[in-house]
Amino acid sequence: MSTKTLNSSNDFAQAAKKNKGIALPFTKGQFGMVCYLLFVLVPIYWLLNMSFKTNQEILGGLSLFPQNFTLDNYRVIFTDPTWYNGYLNSIYYVSLNTVISLLVALPAAYAFSRYKFVGDKHLFFWLLTNRMSPPAVFLLPFFQLYSSVGLFDTHIAVALAHCLFNVPLAVWILEGFMSGVPKEIDETAYIDGYSFPHFFAKIFLPMIRSGIGVTAFFCFMFSWVELLLARTLTSIDAKPIGAVMTRTITASGVDWGVLAAAGCLTIVPGVLVIWFVRNHVAKGFALGRV
Amino acid sequence: MNKVENNKAWFLVLPVFLLVAFSAVVPLMTVVNYSVQDIFDATNRYFVGVEWFKEVLRDPRLHDSLIRQFIFSFCVLLIEVPLGICVALMMPKEGRWSALCLILLAIPLLIPWNVVGTIWQIFGRADIGLMGYYLNAMGIDYNYAGNSGDAWATVLLMDVWHWTSLIALLCYSGLRAIPDAYYQAARIDRASGWAIFRYIQLPKLQSVLLIGILLRFMDSFMIYTEPFVLTGGGPGNSTTFLSQTLTTMAIGQFDLGRAGAFSLIYFLIILLVSWLLYTAMTHVEKGE
Repeated sequence: MSTKTLNSSNDFAQAAKKNKGIALPFTKGQFGMVCYLLFVLVPIYWLLNMSFKTNQEILGGLSLFPQNFTLDNYRVIFTDPTWYNGYLNSIYYVSLNTVISLLVALPAAYAFSRYKFVGDKHLFFWLLTNRMSPPAVFLLPFFQLYSSVGLFDTHIAVALAHCLFNVPLAVWILEGFMSGVPKEIDETAYIDGYSFPHFFAKIFLPMIRSGIGVTAFFCFMFSWVELLLARTLTSIDAKPIGAVMTRTITASGVDWGVLAAAGCLTIVPGVLVIWFVRNHVAKGFALGRV
Repeated sequence: MNKVENNKAWFLVLPVFLLVAFSAVVPLMTVVNYSVQDIFDATNRYFVGVEWFKEVLRDPRLHDSLIRQFIFSFCVLLIEVPLGICVALMMPKEGRWSALCLILLAIPLLIPWNVVGTIWQIFGRADIGLMGYYLNAMGIDYNYAGNSGDAWATVLLMDVWHWTSLIALLCYSGLRAIPDAYYQAARIDRASGWAIFRYIQLPKLQSVLLIGILLRFMDSFMIYTEPFVLTGGGPGNSTTFLSQTLTTMAIGQFDLGRAGAFSLIYFLIILLVSWLLYTAMTHVEKGE
């Protein structure tokens, strides 16, 4: 009897040590994970591979690595103002959108997480419905709206248009993070004589900084990847990189090398941004609700 | 958390309200305005009531792309949700490898949608694409630009590649929130791997899966850029989804009344289905 108890308590100790392995045999999981990551990475590898080739080599036959390694495709992009301005325009309106979304969403998310007020539930749902509205629906009205107020082909127009889906998302994520902060902290601060703006900026915001980082990441992401609205609302001065990329398709054929190089460069900002929030992104993907 | 009743909170919400009103309500009213009028030019416009709605509802283009859209969104959910859960279960739980996996998984989510189309175009073409070339070399007659079945498979594969990571990362964050004590209890009960998944992990994943399924439904229902770049909606109309039909109508043919009515119907369908999904899933959650 006593040996049996001892044995099973040993079992517990082992189980506690490697309880993570219970869910799945470790090696099988590793194998599957590697397979999935390969599936994710192979198309990107092919794009990268192609960006270092000349067009003759691309069309001449298949090779897994560039035979005549060349940086010419990248040189085209970095020396032609139309190309690199495309990147600058995109980064400019994406940053603008992120800042606007955060500034308006922070107080609103605080209100939703702390107070009951007339119409709060309806307002919250109405905000979310905007996340559900297809950009295609708003294409023409946006074009007319921003043309009539003289904002057509400006960065601010695209930034405002992207607020349509980013602000509801930002409110939603931030509300999740803020609800995780105990209310007693607010009350204690008010008793200690803090005013609301002072408390909000000095105490509350630092407490949810990982939430803010994650929200900024999501705003950046959804604004960076969207093209339909960005393309429709701009023509020359604020043209996004995605629209510039159509330059590679001409009557004489597609300039595959430059297209691939431009595609590779659009991946870089995303990877940089995710590197900064890598420790919080798991929680952020659950929109702060885990 | 019990909230305080305070109507002054409206002041905090006001900026969001004004901003979204400007960028959503004004355009939406414009669409409503289009949909009830026949517009020839700035001065010649006639009120036609629900004529456009009747016409659009009878339009075979809408029916076809609506059916395609539903099949597409259904397939996307059917593949991506189970696959995403599997990937999340396979992910290393902590340490350097898990950070690396997170970053690699998130990469497809951060690629502009037109580039996603380009990547799969370059990857799938029979002459210059790795996948297209080797599929043909293996004797499979694969051509996404000519065969509608291949086009569908490629668009689906592209979407799986693009968005499964979202479900996986959502589920991963849900799994990490399960306390070790649950697994220990399961160990004591000698629960099988399947039982652990069914009775511990899956229930804990419900809230994140709800978010994931809703987001995936909405976004797949609005898909435009990726198939447009990859197949241009073809061959024929076989991969033309709702957004593309609408964009052609609005920008290509400048058919404002019809496009307005189409937009409103489109928007209502998304709202309705999202609401149905949400209600159904919250009921399941309560039932358990």
